Amino acid sequence: MAKHRGRGVASVNYPIGMNLGGDPSQALVHATPTGKFVVALSSIDLGQGMKSVTRQLAAETLGVPVEDVFVDTADSDTGPHCMGSFASRGTHRAGNAVIAAAKEAKQVLLEVAAEELEVDPKDLELDGRGKVQVKGAPSRAISVRDVAQRAHFKRGKSISGRGMFLVPPSDVDPETGEMNPVTTYAHACMVAEVEVDDETGEVTVLSLKAAYEIGRALNVKLVEQQLVGGAWMGISHALYETPEPYYPDRAHGPIDFNEYLMPGPADMCPVQIDLLERPALDGPYGAKGIGEMCATPPIPAIANAIFDAVGVRITEMPFTPEKILKALDAKRGR
Amino acid sequence: MTKAVRLELNGSPVAAVAEGGENLLALLRERLGDTSPKAGCLQGTCGACTVLLDGEPVLACLTLAELADGRRVTTVRGLQDGPRLHPLQEAFMDGFAAQCGFCTPGMLIAAKALLDREPNPTREQVIEAIAGNVCRCTGYTPIVEAILDAARRLAGRRG
Repeated sequence: MAKHRGRGVASVNYPIGMNLGGDPSQALVHATPTGKFVVALSSIDLGQGMKSVTRQLAAETLGVPVEDVFVDTADSDTGPHCMGSFASRGTHRAGNAVIAAAKEAKQVLLEVAAEELEVDPKDLELDGRGKVQVKGAPSRAISVRDVAQRAHFKRGKSISGRGMFLVPPSDVDPETGEMNPVTTYAHACMVAEVEVDDETGEVTVLSLKAAYEIGRALNVKLVEQQLVGGAWMGISHALYETPEPYYPDRAHGPIDFNEYLMPGPADMCPVQIDLLERPALDGPYGAKGIGEMCATPPIPAIANAIFDAVGVRITEMPFTPEKILKALDAKRGR
Repeated sequence: MTKAVRLELNGSPVAAVAEGGENLLALLRERLGDTSPKAGCLQGTCGACTVLLDGEPVLACLTLAELADGRRVTTVRGLQDGPRLHPLQEAFMDGFAAQCGFCTPGMLIAAKALLDREPNPTREQVIEAIAGNVCRCTGYTPIVEAILDAARRLAGRRG
């Protein structure tokens, strides 16, 4: 009876978004009279950072400070259409729509500024700090605030833009069943190190080390936050969580947080993550997505590490002590 | 059977009429309008409703409202000093220790209770202090780091 260490590897090829009857997202951008910008979006922020990333994308495209952009995801009934925050699609699909809307709004902003400065809109640029200026002659400038004021009160114009991103429906080839549901894939490789107690069947995850290739990381801290949280969730899926009873009796099934097991803060192992940035051709500034794949690689990596440690293959989640002990018994012919 | 409950909420005297058997969480959220403690499991297993009662952390969903009569209640709304955030709140923000945010008020209150009695906690003490608070997003590590960071910030403030 002893504790055995093992190491397991998993690699992931993850589709960004989905495609049943086409996968669209839309965004609307408009300037307020004070020269702040609002992005209306139905892609809901559930803590993953949709609003932060939207702000960054709109500010970058418009050429204004990120503080001057506000994101309104208040109501999916009245906002521009989005398929939703799922399938790791938010940054990729909605992000592209936000960029398109911001580009159109910027064009109107430059046109109004050009009228005020009596120059060609093509000769204008934004300085990223709240000014529109003549290229090569930054002293000839007007603040974004003043442009918005003139647009609203003098020229009767709406500084606004519409954005649409659609991955069109992909028909199934009747001969082969083939289709192309997505336009880009993210990738990862993870190594899990575990310790398995062959007397109790208990598994302790000692470390998770991973490299993630996710296109451009638009916000590195948010990416790392999701990957660390996702690693925890992956451990939880692998070793703890199930709505089914651990024993074959419905009465033993979990009904609350006392019995629906998840790892606590003391069960979390060190997680080391490296990001590889290979911009996606059709991603917003090269971004892919990081939503769901953060929780998947720990599961096969831990299963492989258990096999490496004690030589048993557990093929059903979660990898509970009962399943490991039964498999060890079967292996020993008991 | 109703009962008048007078208490000090985040430093201000307040009063409300509670139904017999009503819990402190319902009193705070529905009668006194402080929705910062969250209603998660309502059976004392998630920690999202944690508040301080005379400085001690309690699960508001399992505490009878009338037991708060004549006592001090601190919710996460009472942590900040005017516009100035509490060092715990600053550390949580700077350390990306919240995602959906639902567990955050309970985490902050559990951490406040720890730092009030142990200003220089070990990692193990931090883990112990938040062991009753469930988080589904962060993987806990950023929360543990943020609480340790807040302890250092508070020590710096004391000089």
